[in-house]
Amino acid sequence: MTSLDPQRIKKDFPLLERTVRDGQPLVYLDSAATSQKPRAVLDAERSFYETSNAAAHRGAHQLAEEATEAYEGARARVAGFVGARANEVVFTKNATEGLNLAAYAFSNASALARHGREVDPRFALRPGDSIVVTEMEHHANLVPWQEVAAKTGATLRWIGLTDDGRLDLGDLGSVIDSSTRVVSIVHQSNILGTITPVRQVMDAAHAVGAIGVVDACQSIPHMPVSMADLGADLVAWSGHKMLGPTGIGMLWGREDVLATMPPFLTGGSMIEMVYLDHSTYAPPPQRFEAGVPMVAQAVGLGAAVEYLDDLGMDAVAAHEHELTGYALARLQEIDGVTVIGPRTNVERGSAISFTVEGIHPHDVGQILDSRGIAVRVGHHCAWPTCRRYGVPATTRISTYIYNDHGDIDAAVAGIRAAQKYFGVA
Amino acid sequence: MDVDSLYQEIILDHYRNPRGVGLLPEPHGESHQVNPTCGDEVTVTVTADADGLLHVGYEGQGCSISQASASVMSELVEGRPIAEIHRVEAAFLDLMRSKGSGTPDEEVLQDAVAFAGVSKYPARIKCALLPWMALRDAEVKAGIPVEGGSYE
Ligand SMILES: Cc1ncc(COP(=O)(O)O)c(C=O)c1O
Repeated sequence: MTSLDPQRIKKDFPLLERTVRDGQPLVYLDSAATSQKPRAVLDAERSFYETSNAAAHRGAHQLAEEATEAYEGARARVAGFVGARANEVVFTKNATEGLNLAAYAFSNASALARHGREVDPRFALRPGDSIVVTEMEHHANLVPWQEVAAKTGATLRWIGLTDDGRLDLGDLGSVIDSSTRVVSIVHQSNILGTITPVRQVMDAAHAVGAIGVVDACQSIPHMPVSMADLGADLVAWSGHKMLGPTGIGMLWGREDVLATMPPFLTGGSMIEMVYLDHSTYAPPPQRFEAGVPMVAQAVGLGAAVEYLDDLGMDAVAAHEHELTGYALARLQEIDGVTVIGPRTNVERGSAISFTVEGIHPHDVGQILDSRGIAVRVGHHCAWPTCRRYGVPATTRISTYIYNDHGDIDAAVAGIRAAQKYFGVA
Repeated sequence: MDVDSLYQEIILDHYRNPRGVGLLPEPHGESHQVNPTCGDEVTVTVTADADGLLHVGYEGQGCSISQASASVMSELVEGRPIAEIHRVEAAFLDLMRSKGSGTPDEEVLQDAVAFAGVSKYPARIKCALLPWMALRDAEVKAGIPVEGGSYE
């Protein structure tokens, strides 16, 4: 395994050359929100539009053939990236849509069952059934399940957290029990950085016959992930956090699960036969891809995957692990800084949330921004997690392949400057 | 980049030493506003007395801009006639929409002129407006007629 050279990698990212706030070099520490895009991705999208643009899966002309090939080629490439078969990968708008697609399978099947329609009983929920999430979910993997619970009468439960930012598995056996029909958990927390023991939780779900869902938004961009190892039934993630364009995400599903899952969005491209009073649906993945798909974004994503494959995901993970260790050490040298989430570099990713005593995160972020450093502040779409740790918000730095020690040093200097500015150090 | 135009000394002073904190007992109107992107929160209570003067109380948590704004607002409006308060509200709203080019009326806005710099930072305007949105909503809930457009 060769190690990454962030200085060389940076040169592949046109945006990272720009300056911000009166000519200062940009220090981008917000890749957990979205990653920047290498030239190869931008070129791939542009070249698709310039040479092969057409509606995939529609029309019989040469361009339509080429567009279909490009789209399906991207699907195969992404599937290979996570050790899956192409027909198990559904393209969505983003992870949020993928998780909604999963959630709606349950509420739709439940509604259909109430009207006497035949559905896969694994998806039909009733009062008395339970849905399990964790206390560290992104709102995208929490709110859709709240909606399912409200529509079906099922009860929402959650796995709690320990003080050091881990899942509290002590009462796993009582949270996931015989009433549990679906368990949906995050693989790597976007706010705490925690990598969860996802396999163990999925096995617990399967032991009671529940469907297991994983939000892999923050893990797949940063480490090698194989669908077989996760042991889930459905896995959602976004393209834009892994060097790809916005507007494309993935939902992987085990073949036998996708086979009987009711559709989410309906309309063109997802049908088999349409009559005035009813329709039949195409097999997966088409059943879950209504409308003209995002072909250019798929092509861009394919190029992103190729870029990551060329670096090697083992090398990406090793680079980030080293950087995370450095950042944790440097941040915790600062008096008044408290890391929210695992404080050691064990089973954790590169998103590091922290508070600075006496300064609101919004103000920390503003001072960093005035120095050209982009970080995220707020509740990071994980409001219940903030509440669990008694903080209204945090400041978060998150890194990727183009970051190095210098970027962390800049953030540390910025935090010290904020402390000076607000008179707390 | 210089952030001093944002963090005026007056703002930092109100943030460190907030004036008039505390909710009114049995208010005529109460409003809790949050900024869902960052979690800033302000609760404002109002009561109009028999002479048509408005009394306010507030509590909150959040960034320096939102909390200083609440403190400045409470000083500006406490115990004043409702019609005057509406003039101040309108002036503050105008200032926030000025993108840094406004010349605030110091007589009307007093300490609130310090927020002129905030109007150059789109992400922070919402912080400064949060207590004012709560004030307006509390007035509506108290049955006090308010004029003017929405704060969005
Ligand atoms: C853990 C996690 N889940 C879900 C999402 C939602 O992703 P998107 O906004 O791309 O749909 C994000 C990112 O914002 C995330 O970090």
